[in-house]
Amino acid sequence: MNTFADQLLVLVFLLNFMVLGTSRINIAIRVVAVQGVALGLIPSILHDFSWHLFLISAGMIAAKGVIIPTLLTKAVRSIGINREEEPYLGYVPTMLIGAVATALAFIFAEQLPLAPQHKELLFVPAAIATLLTGCLLLITRKKAISQVTGYLILENGIFIFGLLLADSMPVMVEAGALLDLLVGIFVMGIIINQISQEFSSIDTSRLTSLKE
Amino acid sequence: MITLLIIIPLLGSLAAWTIPDNRQRPLVLPLASGLHLIIATMLIAKPPPPSLNGWIFLDPLGKLVLLGITILFFFCAIYSVGYLAYRQERSNRTLCMGLLLCLSAMSLATVSQHLGLLWLAIETTTLTMAPLIYFNRNARSIEATWKYMMICSIGIAMALLGIYFLAYATVVSNIKPTLLLAPLLAGAKSLSPAWLNGAFIFLLVGFGTKIGLAPLHTWKPDAYGEAPGLVGALLAGGLVNCGFLGICRIYQVCAASSSHFYLEALTALGFLSMITAAIFVLKQADFKRVLAYSSVEHVGFLAIGLGMGKGALYGTLFHLLNNSFIKGVLFLTAANIHRSYKSKRVERVRGVIERLPWSGWLFMAAFFAVTGSPPFSSFISEFMVISSIFDSGNAAAGIAIAVFFGIIFIGMTTTILPVLSGRGDSKDLDDSGYRDKALTIAPPLMLMLITLILGIWIPAPLQTILSEAAVMLGAKP
Repeated sequence: MNTFADQLLVLVFLLNFMVLGTSRINIAIRVVAVQGVALGLIPSILHDFSWHLFLISAGMIAAKGVIIPTLLTKAVRSIGINREEEPYLGYVPTMLIGAVATALAFIFAEQLPLAPQHKELLFVPAAIATLLTGCLLLITRKKAISQVTGYLILENGIFIFGLLLADSMPVMVEAGALLDLLVGIFVMGIIINQISQEFSSIDTSRLTSLKE
Repeated sequence: MITLLIIIPLLGSLAAWTIPDNRQRPLVLPLASGLHLIIATMLIAKPPPPSLNGWIFLDPLGKLVLLGITILFFFCAIYSVGYLAYRQERSNRTLCMGLLLCLSAMSLATVSQHLGLLWLAIETTTLTMAPLIYFNRNARSIEATWKYMMICSIGIAMALLGIYFLAYATVVSNIKPTLLLAPLLAGAKSLSPAWLNGAFIFLLVGFGTKIGLAPLHTWKPDAYGEAPGLVGALLAGGLVNCGFLGICRIYQVCAASSSHFYLEALTALGFLSMITAAIFVLKQADFKRVLAYSSVEHVGFLAIGLGMGKGALYGTLFHLLNNSFIKGVLFLTAANIHRSYKSKRVERVRGVIERLPWSGWLFMAAFFAVTGSPPFSSFISEFMVISSIFDSGNAAAGIAIAVFFGIIFIGMTTTILPVLSGRGDSKDLDDSGYRDKALTIAPPLMLMLITLILGIWIPAPLQTILSEAAVMLGAKP
């Protein structure tokens, strides 16, 4: 069973690179959705069946695989912008940085004082690499929606780390965190809509009237 | 009882949602928050035993934060009735609902003994405030809201990672995994130091973003500047206290362990915040942004107080309370001035004292209080902290703080005094229709009186709460 979880984590790594490499916002949203679903499956296949883990999986898949992508796709359609035209840093350099970050994540994870049962597992490097990918997107992309995908990937990275604690986190907190994420994305979607009406663009580089 | 504390604001926000009339809706705010104030006072006087397996309990630290929040919110709620009467051009449904939801989440944060629940409550306060910053619906406020939303969401996500690290520290040290405060404190000595320090860093970054410690403060001037005054007051005096409570919780765990790293980290970020405030407070052309940098200064001061520990803790916690009341006065009167002049640019706003004597003098008094002048309570708390720093033999730090206070005082004076003094009847100012009225003056006046009274006399029950809370953070009983 564990090999399947490992394969899912490898998929998560690959999806990180896909997001870094694509200029189409719609594709980025879908990739993030697939990543969310892959991560949502892990708690259920890793441990024996329990309602607690089942609920986490179901909630995760519903939120990250269905609701959030629908919200974001709707936002993209209503704004009518589907390309990240000129990011602060080109796609090839960002992918290269992403590759270096992934390699560093593996090295760094080796150094961490992990519990013996978690050594040799892909979870920690995957968590760090995904977190860094999210940060990279947040820094290099200009369009507000791309930044939201970056935030989602960052959140995914944190979730991967949380998988190590899946049996000790109370389900209420997990569910609440997911609900807050949903509301957060919903609010961000509304703000993006308002930005596009106010500035006729969702380039965050145009948000400069409040500079010192 | 505690359930009521959380449910009443929720019911209030439901009521605000159903009331169709824009003029009557704001009345829900004082009603709900008045009840909240009564219940909170009763709870603080006599807290019930822990409930829900120890998840919910109002301990002295929680009492202190709850006290500040409930008083500030009550006066902001009264103010909102007067303020929103001037803002009938747009619907205040979201504003009323958001404020009450936020009150509910803030109350939940004060009674949480489970760090996951605490995180959830604080995250919810972040979300509920976002639509409120956007109340004015213009290009500037949407920009402020976007920055606030992105930066604070990422910050809060970092805090979640910090909480995971803390839970992982228990896994590594083979303690039963938990995020409840009591068992964490009991087992703190055996927690893995590396993961504990990691948890502290991420929680400090996360909640530090929330309270606006430099260099994580960048959203603050924008949000404080663009949000309506009463939202600014609650951001600076309510949410800051909740975020600070979050830092205090991990501080408790660290203080019970054998680590020292957390003190240094807090002191470093605290000084960085004071330096940042001292630099940026000069040459601000917008008086609400000046208040934001003043808030950066004060959270910096609070962080230094925590970082110094021991004897400084009592004064630091007292300062937390004073800070929320004074920020209330400053933001509420600033909103009056903004309403009257329809501008918050320093070059447009002149002679406030002549045009709006009540708001002007109150703003002036609060300005002196926030810069730490006697006889206000902030002077007492700042004095307590600085003198205990000198007592502990750390003269350099004490002098540095005093110097930064001096620089910031001068910086704020150059912006604020010209706004207040001068001639107010200049021809180019058209009449905006705003007049100081009882509803917009009484709330800041009452808050100002509270700071004045606390400057002369701290009631015995408050002293008990403060010293008990300080002991929780590791001060000597």
